[in-house]
Amino acid sequence: MIVGTDILSMLLGGLAAGMVLFIVSVGLSVTMGLMGFVNLAHGAFAMLGGYVIVLTMRYWGIGFVPALALGFVVIAAVSIVFERLLYARLYRASELDQVLFTIGLVFFMIAAVTLIVGPENQQLMLPSWLQGQLDLGIVQYRTYSIFLIVVGSAIALGLWLGFERTRMGAQIRAAVDNRRMAESLGINIDRLFMLTFAFGSGMAAIGGGLGAEFIGLNPQYPLIYLVYFLIVVAVGGLGRVTGVFFAALIIGVLDFALKKYLPQGGTLFIYALAILLLLWRPQGLFGGKPT
Amino acid sequence: MSAPGLSEHPAARAMVARHRLRAWEPLPWILAFGFYFAFPNHLGFGTDLLIMILFALSLDLALGYAGIVTLGHAAFFGAGAYAVGLLAHHGVWNEPITGLVIGAAVAGLIGLISGLTLLRTTGLTLLMLTLCTMALLEEAANMGEKYTGGFDGLPNLPIPPLFGLFEFNPLYPRVQYLYVLGVLFVCFLFVRMLVYSPFGQSLTGIRENVLRMHAVGAPVNWRLITCYTISAAIAGVAGALWVQTNTYVNLTSLGLDRAATVLIILVLGGYGRLYGAFVGAVVYMALSHFLAKVYPTAWQLGLGLLLMLIALFARNGVLGLWDRLMGRLLSRRAPP
Repeated sequence: MIVGTDILSMLLGGLAAGMVLFIVSVGLSVTMGLMGFVNLAHGAFAMLGGYVIVLTMRYWGIGFVPALALGFVVIAAVSIVFERLLYARLYRASELDQVLFTIGLVFFMIAAVTLIVGPENQQLMLPSWLQGQLDLGIVQYRTYSIFLIVVGSAIALGLWLGFERTRMGAQIRAAVDNRRMAESLGINIDRLFMLTFAFGSGMAAIGGGLGAEFIGLNPQYPLIYLVYFLIVVAVGGLGRVTGVFFAALIIGVLDFALKKYLPQGGTLFIYALAILLLLWRPQGLFGGKPT
Repeated sequence: MSAPGLSEHPAARAMVARHRLRAWEPLPWILAFGFYFAFPNHLGFGTDLLIMILFALSLDLALGYAGIVTLGHAAFFGAGAYAVGLLAHHGVWNEPITGLVIGAAVAGLIGLISGLTLLRTTGLTLLMLTLCTMALLEEAANMGEKYTGGFDGLPNLPIPPLFGLFEFNPLYPRVQYLYVLGVLFVCFLFVRMLVYSPFGQSLTGIRENVLRMHAVGAPVNWRLITCYTISAAIAGVAGALWVQTNTYVNLTSLGLDRAATVLIILVLGGYGRLYGAFVGAVVYMALSHFLAKVYPTAWQLGLGLLLMLIALFARNGVLGLWDRLMGRLLSRRAPP
């Protein structure tokens, strides 16, 4: 029987997973919305970030939170190099070329990580203050999941404020809605995109580190979760922070619930649902009308 | 006959002649026959190679000619494969030639149904939908463990002799090789005829300028759906061949790996040019046959680099590079 506390704990677990999905995917949504660039390699940055975070914690002994910050900075810097040297050449290329290039990049990174670090799964050692259970009054739940929900909500709130209330956020929104008009108004799209790309990749790195504990971290990561990240972005709508937030939470909770109560065909439903949703609203559940 | 002045126009002559057989066109088939006699010990590899050529050819029809950017073409390969595999495993039907027809019909039907719904979309949505459709089928095959064998698939399928005469010998796959070569030849003739027909020309038109095709009154959506269905059916034949010659079916027949592989093969050779599938498959399969088993990680690294280089510098694949090279040589020899 499913009782109240079961539903609550299912919700909490799903929300925690959804937060990780959100943190990884939000950058992808904004960069895809800005440039219309089909970036299948976004998960690769999340994986690289996860490796930076896990390995620096293990070998340099730095704490979890500083490691997350370090992962963000390193991957943001690395992604700027990739963006300037490689991605920028393909903004005007066909979709097929973008798909090929980013699949190639995924293969390359998978192989590089396998060669340098090894093919095995990397275990993240949570600091002691995040281990164990937390008593929420009604239900006891894993401290780490609660931590993820709190951190994810804070990040979502911060991003929303940045998106809606700052000058740069307004520029990004303008560029997503109508890039040519934004360019004619004097917004430097190239620079805007570079910064967003770096920021989004850095967020993906944090997501990779935060999720490593329960969705795993191995070289195949970018391929395994590619469909999930893309579904979140497609359902949430391109270039919509709030849309991606709700889409990630819905998919996180659904996936968690289906895997628990319908372990056989859970993923099947997610795919079927995504197909139906995209047919019904090709611009995403929360996306605006395409211009 | 039209006015003599007009039909003498170079463009008119090129258009009239473009479907004619070129002198080099028998070459791939001679080579394929030569392979049979020259490498009797590598015919298993040769059979796989021919199947991948057929699969890439089917993708060329959708991607190269009609411009449908799909990430889920392995769905149809897998549909044909599982159709034949399931029928053979459960003892319903296992005759090879009719098996191909069944594989084509099942894959074509799935192509038709998904084409009817998916092809209204474009861009990222279309990519996502093709990807999700494939993932859906893969998950369904994984889930229906009772019938499909789940992750392990169905091994040791009973495939009777071809025409009741020629036994498929797993150790000396001579019959398989010639069988697949014959099927590839028939399918190739069909695709060649198709792309040079008015139908094929209208597909190219849709790829190049969909607005104009709408404006001249071409039934764009139906053309795309028809093309997608035919392409799916041919991919289904390739999948059916794969099962019949390997006598097993498993999940590798419809995953993202296979979809990515066939895409790589096609762009490596050059898409939208019929023979790109041949060149790409030969290059890719030969490289992977010799490198992938010995240095799997280095192979993936190289493959990734290769893909990035193709996307950045060689958008028309090996054949495109060849054309450019020949164009440069010829223009040097004959100064304007």
